[in-house]
Amino acid sequence: MDTQTLTYIIVGAAFALYIGIAIWSKASSTGEFYVAGGGVHPIANGMATAADWMSAASFISMAGIISFMGRDGSVYLMGWTGGYVLLALLLAPYLRKFGKFTVPDFIGDRYYSNIARLVAVICLIFISFTYIAGQMRGVGIVFSRFLEVDINTGVIIGMAIVFIYAVLGGMKGITYTQVAQYCVLIFAYMVPAIFISILMTGNPIPQLGFGSKLLTEDIYLLDKLNLVLNDIGFNSYTEFSRSKIDIFCITAALMIGTAGLPHVIVRFFTVPRVKDARTSAGWALIFIAILYTTAPAVSSFARLNFVNTIDNSSYISTPSWFKNWENIGLISWTDKNDDGIIQYRSGNALENVKPKFSNQRGKFNQRLTLNTPTENDNEIYIDRDIMVLANPEIARLPNWVIALVAAGALAAALSTAAGLLLVISSAISHDLMKKTLKPSISEKQELLLARISAATAIIIAGIFGIYPPAFVAQVVAFAFGLAAASIFPAIVMGIFSKRMNSYGAITGMISGLLFTASYIIFFKFISPELNNSEYWLLGISPEGIGVIGMLVNFIFAIIISSISKAPPIEVYKLVDNIRLPGEK
Amino acid sequence: MDNKKINKYSYWNSNLKIVFTLLLIWFLSSFGAGIIFSDQLDKIKIGGFQIGFWFAQQGSIIIFVILIVVYCFLMNRLDKKFDISEE
Repeated sequence: MDTQTLTYIIVGAAFALYIGIAIWSKASSTGEFYVAGGGVHPIANGMATAADWMSAASFISMAGIISFMGRDGSVYLMGWTGGYVLLALLLAPYLRKFGKFTVPDFIGDRYYSNIARLVAVICLIFISFTYIAGQMRGVGIVFSRFLEVDINTGVIIGMAIVFIYAVLGGMKGITYTQVAQYCVLIFAYMVPAIFISILMTGNPIPQLGFGSKLLTEDIYLLDKLNLVLNDIGFNSYTEFSRSKIDIFCITAALMIGTAGLPHVIVRFFTVPRVKDARTSAGWALIFIAILYTTAPAVSSFARLNFVNTIDNSSYISTPSWFKNWENIGLISWTDKNDDGIIQYRSGNALENVKPKFSNQRGKFNQRLTLNTPTENDNEIYIDRDIMVLANPEIARLPNWVIALVAAGALAAALSTAAGLLLVISSAISHDLMKKTLKPSISEKQELLLARISAATAIIIAGIFGIYPPAFVAQVVAFAFGLAAASIFPAIVMGIFSKRMNSYGAITGMISGLLFTASYIIFFKFISPELNNSEYWLLGISPEGIGVIGMLVNFIFAIIISSISKAPPIEVYKLVDNIRLPGEK
Repeated sequence: MDNKKINKYSYWNSNLKIVFTLLLIWFLSSFGAGIIFSDQLDKIKIGGFQIGFWFAQQGSIIIFVILIVVYCFLMNRLDKKFDISEE
């Protein structure tokens, strides 16, 4: 059977499974819709959290990015896992004990203020939409490459699937589909990694193959990679390129941002007891770590394979994956010296980096671009996002593995999108309507409202996917920076300081938010030409500035709260109560 | 202060101690070994891995997992000792 038929079968079977689960786990109360009735087993919740967390970015893009960033890519590996330690130790058990539905619920009650709740709702909606746009795009890419439908049709199919199980099942439906999606995605990630590890190093465990010798030569894979890259003008794979302070701050911003992301936090409201919240954070990280320790191995395999396959080979004899991705526009080859041979070197091959294709073909039938070629010798443009998807083809794995990867990527994107949609819908129906604007609505009305807002959010997300705003890639740093600078400090202080009052918390959130947002907006949108280490504050890039934003938040919050009225006695009791697991 | 209050107070203190110690290890294994001291650690090599590089790309993640497992264990024990678990 050819790859495409296989992909249709595997993806179709996976979708049927998700819908089946959704029908089986329809939500009938707001409690079930928001937090799955609070009765999810910690292992199931751990899996669901892992699927929720590992998005299209983790599955599709991360290994590719690391593959080209080398050591600097560690920021994602440490940043997107280390946050779970903060989550488990500083947030999850206490928020579970608090025992309501949403993050703004906690902030609103703890700081006895609807303004605080509203600020939290705004942060949350912004963070979630930023994030969701990327997921829908991921769905579109997979559909267009593997199922050969139009990207827009792909997005609409994805929307329809999420619609069915998010709107019908709420958190309950989402949780159990996410469990299934985790299984699909981890299997799809591991199978090619194991295959490639065996092919290259003979070691079936990719985590170890990464540090092993090559089968073909008596040299360690990483040493070989450094040699090959140095040869064609790149930095060593195992050395930092960015400054250490920047690496430090980006890692910290990603970690703290992870712990402050509302769709992750809310998962810990779904387990029965405080004890389960802790355990479930542990399970979540174990499930995540399986992929995250494999990713750096995949990155190094892919980079070495890519260089070996592409550099110095003639365009005509390149394997079909190269031409497929070229047709989609994610690879381009500009034959600068007119020899028909591909030269892959460091530096950008084209002015303005991304190729703009003309409709013409060159003499080797390659796609021509309208860009001016750069002065250097590099002839290749490759979009980092395709590494994981192309990897099985680069390594010549069987067709069914390629189909599996497509299903895995879809599972990753859909599960994250669904989790985010739920957070958005509950922020609107619960925090905004029930708790702030119209407290008189009945539970039934609230549930209906939750479903309507989930449906609306899906449509908006889909529009983002079809007409991606140019700023999507730019604003992902936003989501983490803002979560680190606003939500995380407010929750941590709410638990660990009884004296923190509403004035402090609100000033803190707003100042952290404004500081981080203006820094990112300045360097990404107002003066992108100044976006380099010379102009950065202390050498910290916009990606890492959330950490400083967090410090700003803490400082303002502490100063303002210490010179204003202490919180009421009920708040002291509330904090005492959430600190003790068994207390009624 | 009655017994119950003292109990609550020392439970929270023990909790803070556990959290603080584990966060210290968290910091040392990631920011310490993976970034700050990585140049020194890179001079040591085990198999194909330079140690600083390994911590930054794999080791820290494995330690994170262990930290949460240890945390669960210690907290469950603490809950039992102070008799405040939920059952």
